[in-house]
Amino acid sequence: MNDIFFQMRKIVKQYPLGDEVSTVLRDVDLDVQEGEYLSVLGPSGSGKSTLMNIIGCLDLPTSGEYILRGQSVEELDEMELAHIRRREIGFIFQNSQMLKRMDALKNVELPLIYAGVSPRERARRAEEMLVKVGLQDRLHHFPNQLSGGQQQRVAIARALVTRPSLLLADEPTGALDQSTGKQIMALFSELNADGHTIIMITHDINIAKHAKRVVNIIDGVLSEPKGEVTFA
Amino acid sequence: MINPFRPLIAGINMFVESLRMAIANITANKLRSFLTILGIMIGVTAVIALITTISGVSSSISDSFTSMGAGSITVSTPGSDLKSGLSSEDLDDIAALENVQGVTPSVSLSVKAARNGVSETGITVSGVNEYYFINKPDALESGRSINPIDIADMSRVCMIGSDVMESFFYGVNPIGQTIYLAGVQFTVVGILAEDTDTSIASIMSGTPDILMPYTTAMKMNSQNLVTGITVYMNNPDDTEDVKTLLEEHLDALFSFEDDTYTITTMESIESTMDTMLSMMSALLAGIASIALIVGGIGIMNMMLTSVTERTVEIGLKKAIGAEPGQIQIQFLIESFLLSMIGGVTGVVLGLVVSAAMCSVMGTNFTINYGAIALGVGFSAAVGIIFGWSPARKASKLSPIDALRRM
Ligand SMILES: Nc1ncnc2c1ncn2[C@@H]1O[C@H](COP(=O)(O)OP(=O)(O)OP(=O)(O)O)[C@@H](O)[C@H]1O
Ligand SMILES: [Mg+2]
Repeated sequence: MNDIFFQMRKIVKQYPLGDEVSTVLRDVDLDVQEGEYLSVLGPSGSGKSTLMNIIGCLDLPTSGEYILRGQSVEELDEMELAHIRRREIGFIFQNSQMLKRMDALKNVELPLIYAGVSPRERARRAEEMLVKVGLQDRLHHFPNQLSGGQQQRVAIARALVTRPSLLLADEPTGALDQSTGKQIMALFSELNADGHTIIMITHDINIAKHAKRVVNIIDGVLSEPKGEVTFA
Repeated sequence: MINPFRPLIAGINMFVESLRMAIANITANKLRSFLTILGIMIGVTAVIALITTISGVSSSISDSFTSMGAGSITVSTPGSDLKSGLSSEDLDDIAALENVQGVTPSVSLSVKAARNGVSETGITVSGVNEYYFINKPDALESGRSINPIDIADMSRVCMIGSDVMESFFYGVNPIGQTIYLAGVQFTVVGILAEDTDTSIASIMSGTPDILMPYTTAMKMNSQNLVTGITVYMNNPDDTEDVKTLLEEHLDALFSFEDDTYTITTMESIESTMDTMLSMMSALLAGIASIALIVGGIGIMNMMLTSVTERTVEIGLKKAIGAEPGQIQIQFLIESFLLSMIGGVTGVVLGLVVSAAMCSVMGTNFTINYGAIALGVGFSAAVGIIFGWSPARKASKLSPIDALRRM
């Protein structure tokens, strides 16, 4: 598994702030191979979520080059970006993000709806995923009937239901207790063993340790920790 | 093996799901949805009710015109300074024209009637001849009609209607009795049938209280020329031909002077009425369509609010792979559905209202499918047109801006 999943070269992200610009990502270089389990470790406000949005094709960098599976992302239109997100990427966002008017099962089915999967197949796969995250007895609960941790697990199930090649998780255990957090980490390792590429964003070094490779981000500057072997 | 129908099936699955989501969103806030569709509902109700009622009125008017005898032409002949009307010989000449069955002069006056100390003013009297009864065979209730001998003799005989009978002959058989009209003694020879024709046309023309020989009426009026006639035809289809003949004849009679006569056919009255009614319905439908536009703006407003409220939802859906087009379709289905619910409710209400109006006005209620198609089509169009820009706005939302709001 030595294929390059994506390459980032001199990625800069700036936001206009009145007359000035605030630079959130500064010349980020990052290469990720297929099947890697990478953790991005950094303090609050360092640009982790911003980086994740760019990796997940939700946002475009101000400058720099981002090549995903040999394709320059900047050249893609809205529709092609949507297709990449649908096929390749599963998101777990920082905040709980279930849709209020749908039960857990329907929330997990949602990505499959946009992929045009048949209703029966959708329900089967969604249920399978919910069982995997330990919510087999909460299939028809609505968000207001679930705890924060349970909602987070629904979000994880939803990210995984399309069997994405890349799982992007922003503080996936932030709202979970230790034992549930451990279960999720075990699930991630299992998924990685199955060949999923995982990028996990966290500010917690103990969580980051579960990944096979850790990069630091401070003030928008990405660096490999000293003493680790990195791929050129 | 790739199934060639896969994209189609995927599209249908997606559409069904969008429809479900739209229904869920509409029912999630029932009061707001109801208030939003109210405008469309009222507009469509008004359109359906107006069109159906007016077409009911107009068909009943044309029915009653036909029942009144479309086979007649009314001619008013004020005449010229030299010849201020038609003489009996002129009437005979007109009656002899091709395709003409007969001519009834219209002589009308208003008199004071008296009998046995009872008197009443404002009794309307029409002078007629035998053709009046040929063309209105149901007019005689009992006794006899006015005949050619009465006319030749200027007999003092009359036929009375139910009002006169009640006022002057309560409890007695009036046939053979006498009554004083403008101080002249008349013998009642016949009773006129109660006019069962309550149609608008009949109300407009009015039914006289008393009929008498036209010659007698002219004498009472100190009038020796007739200024109005009704020409009856053998066949209503000859109306145009007879009209042309009449014009030629009257032109010659009045030495080609202008404004000496006016010819009115039932057809021309009917077509004038029709034009008036269709202008009226166009005007009213125009006013009603303003309600539809206001309703459309209501839908647009609600959809825009809804897009803002659901920014997070939209962002999330986009993040998990919804195409802009799929988001747009979902919102468009929602506004279309809202508008159609209003439209269909409006159609039903409109039919109920127009059935009620038709029964009040005594006209026939017929379902006007054109009006229904118009109402439904209009609301579908309103839903799509006014839903378009909110749906587009939703589809253009950037997912990260949306997700930052969580
Ligand atoms: N739309 C924006 N306009 C201006 N500044 C922004 C915008 N979005 C993010 N930023 C700034 O970018 C910086 C990095 O934000 P980001 O959300 O990536 O932080 P983070 O590392 O995920 O922090 P946390 O751990 O608290 O989630 C912050 O200082 C934030 O204020
Ligand atoms: Mg963050």
